[in-house]
This record gives sequence, structure tokens and C-alpha cells, in this order.
Amino acid sequence: MEAILNYIGTNMEMVYFLILAILLGVEVISNVPAILHTPLMSGANAIHGVVVVGAIIVMLQASPDNYLALVVGFLAVIVGTLNVIGGFVVTDRMLEMFKKKPKKS
Amino acid sequence: MISLNILEISYLIASLTFILGLKMLSHPDSARKGNLLAAAGMGIAVLATLVLYQDFDAGKGLNYGLIFLGLVIGTIIGTIMAKKVQMTAMPQMVSFFNGMGGACAALIAIIEFQHHQHAEITGFDGELLVMLLGLLIGSVSFSGSMIAYGKLEGKIKDKVLPMNQAVNMLLLLTVTGLIAYQMFAGSDPVLFYVLLGVALIYGILFVMPIGGADMPVVISLLNSFTGIAAAFGGFLYDNKAMLTGGILVGSAGTILTILMCKAMNRSLTNVLLGAFGGSTATSSKSG
Repeated sequence: MEAILNYIGTNMEMVYFLILAILLGVEVISNVPAILHTPLMSGANAIHGVVVVGAIIVMLQASPDNYLALVVGFLAVIVGTLNVIGGFVVTDRMLEMFKKKPKKS
Repeated sequence: MISLNILEISYLIASLTFILGLKMLSHPDSARKGNLLAAAGMGIAVLATLVLYQDFDAGKGLNYGLIFLGLVIGTIIGTIMAKKVQMTAMPQMVSFFNGMGGACAALIAIIEFQHHQHAEITGFDGELLVMLLGLLIGSVSFSGSMIAYGKLEGKIKDKVLPMNQAVNMLLLLTVTGLIAYQMFAGSDPVLFYVLLGVALIYGILFVMPIGGADMPVVISLLNSFTGIAAAFGGFLYDNKAMLTGGILVGSAGTILTILMCKAMNRSLTNVLLGAFGGSTATSSKSG
């Protein structure tokens, strides 16, 4: 129990961060019209592609003779980039489609 | 030291663009700009990590080469897939890319676990917990998203296994047990990979019984799962951009899931238990 409290104590900054970000996420999208549900989902999907930064860090930390880490990390970078690029391009295409239509209320 | 500060500031800028981008995405007039803003922030975060991350030293040319190659391959395939897809096939495309993000989070957890094996830790191992949870959520999101993708593409038929809910409960108990055991008894490579396997199976069985019309809701839920998995990665590396991006998507995605359910006049439990998902599959598809 004490060890758990210690862990939380040393990471207090991150815990604050966590809680504030959760509340912010709820607040930011609470008034979204139904027509934007799918593009918003797609945009959020692209944003969590930020996990690719973690994949890059893994690769930068791996020692050059650790082939397992290099191969797995390489795969992680590819799929992470797929998530980011695919996510943003798909969202942009969706929103482009919205533009051409006459505006609905 | 200066470069480290610039790196942190880049992550701050990226976090801000994610927040503003998400905000702009929820208004019809600014939605497209919001998407581009978040994309720009993402670009800054990736570039800054590549150039400024402290851990690099001489003799890592191979690592850099592989990173660049990975980025290029991912960019080319991602762009082609996203450009070619039919407008009607957008939801499954989102699901596919979401699964990729989940896979990325799970792969990161696997490598970090290898490193972690060499560390001597006594007492509560918070890092291990973060890793195990990242692996669990990332792989559930991956296999679940792939099933959702397959179902919407018509490659996988709706099929309800006998006792599906009971089996899911059992799997959920198993993963909880696997994580709890390792928290008490220390990390174990065999159990780690058992956890990976059970998580993948759980993801499949979780999405399998859910009807086609409810799929967007499930994709949105898996989307927020991946966000949480990304945030665990951020916790692991003390990386603020990953943490904000992940948590924002995690919480916004959860709210969005509930909003989508409301728009369809369904409750989330209803969708997840697949109570009448199959039967309404044809009638309620209005989008």
C-alpha cells in the first residue's frame, strides 16, 4: 500500500495532468452536432496516432545489436504512421464532402 | 539541455493543437481547419522527437534508417489507402487505422517489457502495471478493430458464439488475474505473452456478436481504448504530447460514444450486449 502511495506521490504531476486532460476532453466535445460524429471520431482516431512518437523513442533507445527490438520497433513505427497519416487524410476527405453539400441545420 | 527544452516546448505546442483541433472539429465551420491544425501539431511532435530526443549517440545509424524507412512506408501506404477508399467505406477505414494505433501501443509495451526484464525492482512496480495495461488495451483495440473492419467490409459474417457473454466474462477475469498475479509475483515473460494472447482473443469475441448497424458506436469505443493505450505509453516515457493526445481521445471518445448511442436511441449496454443489435441491423441504418 505504501509503495503504491509512493508511486503516485512521485508521479503527482502526471496524475494532475491525467485528471485535467480527462475533464478537458469531456468539455471540448460536449456540444457536437450529430452530423459531425463520424468526422470527429475519425479526427480523434488520428490524434491518438501520437503513439507513433513512443515508437520512435523506442527505436532511438534500442541498441543497434538488439534485433528483436529493432524489428518490433520498426513494425510499430509503420503501423503508428499508418494511424496518423491515414487518420488525418480520411478525416480531411470526410470534411471535404461536407463542404460541397448545402448546409443542413 | 537547450535541445531538451525545445523538445518539451514542441510537445506543449503539439498538445495545444490537439486540444484546439478537437474543439474546432466539433463545429461544422471550423472542422476542416481543426483537422489540419492537429495534423500540423502531430508533425511538430514527430519531427522534434526525431531531431531532439536526447538518447541518441553515435552508432545508431541503423536505428535512424529504420525509423525513416518506417515513416516513409507508413506514409505511402496510409495515404494510398485513405485516398482510394470509397466514401461509403469510411467507417471501416477509420476502424482499420484505429487498429493500427492499438497495435503500435501493444508493440511498444512488448519492447519495453524486454527492457524491463533486466531491471531489479522491489515493491510496487508501477512501470510494469502501465506496461501490462498498455499491452492489454492496445491488443484488445487492435483485434477488435480488425473484426469491426472485417464485418463492415462483409468479410466476416455476424456470428454469435454459444455463451459468448459468459466466455467474455471469463476472459476478462483471466486478464485481471494475469495482471494482478504479475503485480504481486513480479514480471513473467510467459504470462506476459499469455496476456497478449488472451487480450487478442477477447478483442475478437468482444466485437463478434455486435450487429452491423451498431458498429460505428463500437469503433468509437475502441477508438477511445486506443487513446488510453497511447496515454499509458506517454506515462511510460513521461511524454506530455502522448499523454494529452491519448487522454483527450480517451475521454472525448468515451463521451462521443455515449452521444452516438443517444443519437441512435440506444443505450451503451444495449449495444455492447448485442441485445437486439442483429435484428435492427437493417432498419436503423440511417447514419
